[in-house]
Amino acid sequence: MTAQNPAQNPARDPARDPVADPTAEPAPLLEVRDLAVAFSTMSGPVQAVHEASLTLRAGRALAIVGESGSGKSTTAMSVIGLLPGNGRVTGGSVRFAGQELVGLDEQRMRRIRGRQIGLVPQDPMSNLNPVTTVGQQVAETLLVHGMATRQDVHEKVVAALAAAGLPEPARRAKQYPHEFSGGMRQRALIAIGLACRPRLLIADEPTSALDVTVQRTILDQIERMTEEIGTSVLLITHDLGLAAERAQDIVVMHRGRIVEAGPSAQVLEDPQHDYTRRLVQAAPSVAAARVARQAASPGATAVAGRGAPGPAGPVPAAAEKPAAPEAPPLVVIEGLTKVFKGRLGQADFTAVKDVSLTVPRGRTVAIVGESGSGKTTTARMLLKLYEPTEGSIRFDGQDVVGLRGRELAAFRQRVQPIFQDPYSSLNPMFTIGRILEEPLSTYRRGTRKERQERVKWLLEEVALPPSMLNRYPNELSGGQRQRVAIARALALQPELIVCDEPVSALDVLVQKQILDLLGRLQDEFGLSYLFISHDLAVVRLISDEVCVMKDGEVVEAAESEEVFTNPRHPYTRQLLASIPGNELRVGA
Amino acid sequence: MLRVTGKRLALLIPTLFGLSVLLFAWVRALPGGPATALLGDKATPDAVARINEVYGFDRPLLEQYFVYMGRLLRGDFGASIVTGRPVVEEFLTRFPATLELALVALVFAVGVGVPLGYVAARHRGRTLDHSSVVLSLLGITVPVFFLAFILKWLFAIRVPLFPADGRQDPRIDATHYTNFFVLDGLLTGEWDAAWDAFLHLILPGLALGTIPLAIIVRITRASVLEVQSADYVRTARAKGLTRRLIRGRYIMRNAMLPVVTTIGLQTGLLISGAVLTETVFAFNGIGRFLRDAIFNLDYPVLQGFIIFIALAYSLINLLVDLSYSLIDPRVRVQ
Repeated sequence: MTAQNPAQNPARDPARDPVADPTAEPAPLLEVRDLAVAFSTMSGPVQAVHEASLTLRAGRALAIVGESGSGKSTTAMSVIGLLPGNGRVTGGSVRFAGQELVGLDEQRMRRIRGRQIGLVPQDPMSNLNPVTTVGQQVAETLLVHGMATRQDVHEKVVAALAAAGLPEPARRAKQYPHEFSGGMRQRALIAIGLACRPRLLIADEPTSALDVTVQRTILDQIERMTEEIGTSVLLITHDLGLAAERAQDIVVMHRGRIVEAGPSAQVLEDPQHDYTRRLVQAAPSVAAARVARQAASPGATAVAGRGAPGPAGPVPAAAEKPAAPEAPPLVVIEGLTKVFKGRLGQADFTAVKDVSLTVPRGRTVAIVGESGSGKTTTARMLLKLYEPTEGSIRFDGQDVVGLRGRELAAFRQRVQPIFQDPYSSLNPMFTIGRILEEPLSTYRRGTRKERQERVKWLLEEVALPPSMLNRYPNELSGGQRQRVAIARALALQPELIVCDEPVSALDVLVQKQILDLLGRLQDEFGLSYLFISHDLAVVRLISDEVCVMKDGEVVEAAESEEVFTNPRHPYTRQLLASIPGNELRVGA
Repeated sequence: MLRVTGKRLALLIPTLFGLSVLLFAWVRALPGGPATALLGDKATPDAVARINEVYGFDRPLLEQYFVYMGRLLRGDFGASIVTGRPVVEEFLTRFPATLELALVALVFAVGVGVPLGYVAARHRGRTLDHSSVVLSLLGITVPVFFLAFILKWLFAIRVPLFPADGRQDPRIDATHYTNFFVLDGLLTGEWDAAWDAFLHLILPGLALGTIPLAIIVRITRASVLEVQSADYVRTARAKGLTRRLIRGRYIMRNAMLPVVTTIGLQTGLLISGAVLTETVFAFNGIGRFLRDAIFNLDYPVLQGFIIFIALAYSLINLLVDLSYSLIDPRVRVQ
């Protein structure tokens, strides 16, 4: 798992200005001009892409960066004519290798798809056919384009899977997608996308559903293979740092329009458009990388993390907080272990193994880890959603494990959760007002009138207008819903909030707003947070202390800045190295 | 696969055991006891006592139960009160008729329902889709016997395309080995007999198959709609696969999973649904026989029928589960 440094690779070095030598300019492979895409909806047509133009030259990589709904994926999908049923190109042109693709009949388009233009889609879990073998899914694309015969197809499938870095390709080819991990599935999808050695590869958020260490190896794999074949890459991503690291040119999209385009370094260093500037500032990966350099450089002031200037600015410095050591910690977890019993004939699974940590009052402790690290299981035991197999959890001096009845009810009011998915953690049949009032009426807090007053006050606290009271969750954006979830958690005046990936489903700019909000509420109410995240960059912006978990165990635990500037465990180092954009020299 | 099959078959044992206990209790709880059921309401106490002695109803319950279970295990369900012939024998002559009928109904329901559901989904929101939805709603809401009457009146009486009742024209002198009349005709080479028996199956088959058809159309439509917008279908298109390949290997194979479950459940219901259909078409199958048994409180027949249905239902469900694991590799592992 070595992180390939793009700087070692002159062909893809984003730092090298591609415009510097006009004679070396390769011919354009893909030219999109004034592309317009509209979706027909119940309430009439909605314009998703306005007059988008971009040029991708042969052998280069171009990234389209934007938030969800910016039109980046729509632009990419209209290149291969795979818009959803209600979408269509309403204007402009897409020229690929001199051929116009807009309005091309399905028969000819079919011969281009897979053969000339490959696709690596976003979610490896949902993009493979669950009922046929992985090998067959690679084989069918080779066969349909005449790149293999019935006789040699198996051999070529194994070669394609091997080239995508899948271990034991011959055995794996006979397996079904459900027998693969996420990273392996993405490798299979890369094998499919590049099987016919296409001239262009569209990589639509190819790694956003994967763990950060896997992300890096997958991106390296794509880079290595496309260079070998000479394939151009159209990379779709929400992550500016990742885009800059992997592509020479960047196009920034916002609300269906291209607001900025240019060489990666230039877009990142000197953004022209206001939206790009905000994006650069909010991108946690870029910000974290910057902070890391400041902390590491000898001349810089020793403050970092929350006290760091720049993008993390509004969050107050750790130094201003109540000194932790004097007061006893709010939560003390010791030797916590959780074993899930195996079902008939299967081995038991130890999700959490001998974990000890403390959460001081008024501070934020983050648990960082990848999927399967046991971080969520730990959080759920603290929330008393799971019973620990062994170990103890003490909350404000009281043993949590044995709580029953009235004591448990009291505990539940003092510890509140915020979950990852704001779409599924709010009851869709309740109005926002009812969602916020529910905890208050459950625990019989105040009179009806007082409760309503408190609900209004809560909305204000999370900066939502009172008009939200009568709306339903599905009328709200992701960020608004997460604000509602935070307000609900605050309703009972808890002391501890367990945040399980509270921002990972949100766009970068919204992420920053929510993190700022959490920071402000902490100062205002002296809250303690246990913050669960897979995203080190986000963790850096909010936490005072960090525990790194791997395979159910804590491998490293220290003050936040210590972990980021002086990581001791090799796994922590690997995690840090995997943050996209980490090696960029931006804003230094 | 073998292990799963064995496990499922083993599960049948407690099911059937529980059922047999229930049935035993039910017969003993009949108003006036089983003897009254045999003799009728106006039986003299003397006659009741005699019957109780002959049949052993006066013995201790536990002893009665062991005798009863011993008989069941030997496949002895007793004799029908009405016809006096052994229940098993009655079943063997009538069951093939119902099975033939159910098979026709099933072929009709699946053969028409699945393609119709697929087409409706592909034409979502257009006339074809709407009409199929309305039709399937109609299919579900119209009672079976009413539909049977209408079909009979339209296609047997007004326009005599098909025979109105029975299993075969009595004027045909057919040989019957298996009591599957169509099969018998084919085996003996009596083509006209086979064809005539087949024609007799059409109208009752349509009547019986309509509700399952309507349900299969709806499930298929919903399932195809869901699958065709799945990410892997888009990926398949991005690979440049042909429409045919995408339809077969991607859409249909995945969309069939819930449909197979539905087909299994509906097949079980077909046998009970056959009662009404067979009555309307004077079709001499197990359904009509059962109706008579209910009216006459012919409890040996009812007992046998209930156990038989339970067995059939379990076997059908086993078949469904096995075919499920053929289609879906994810099920195979467990």
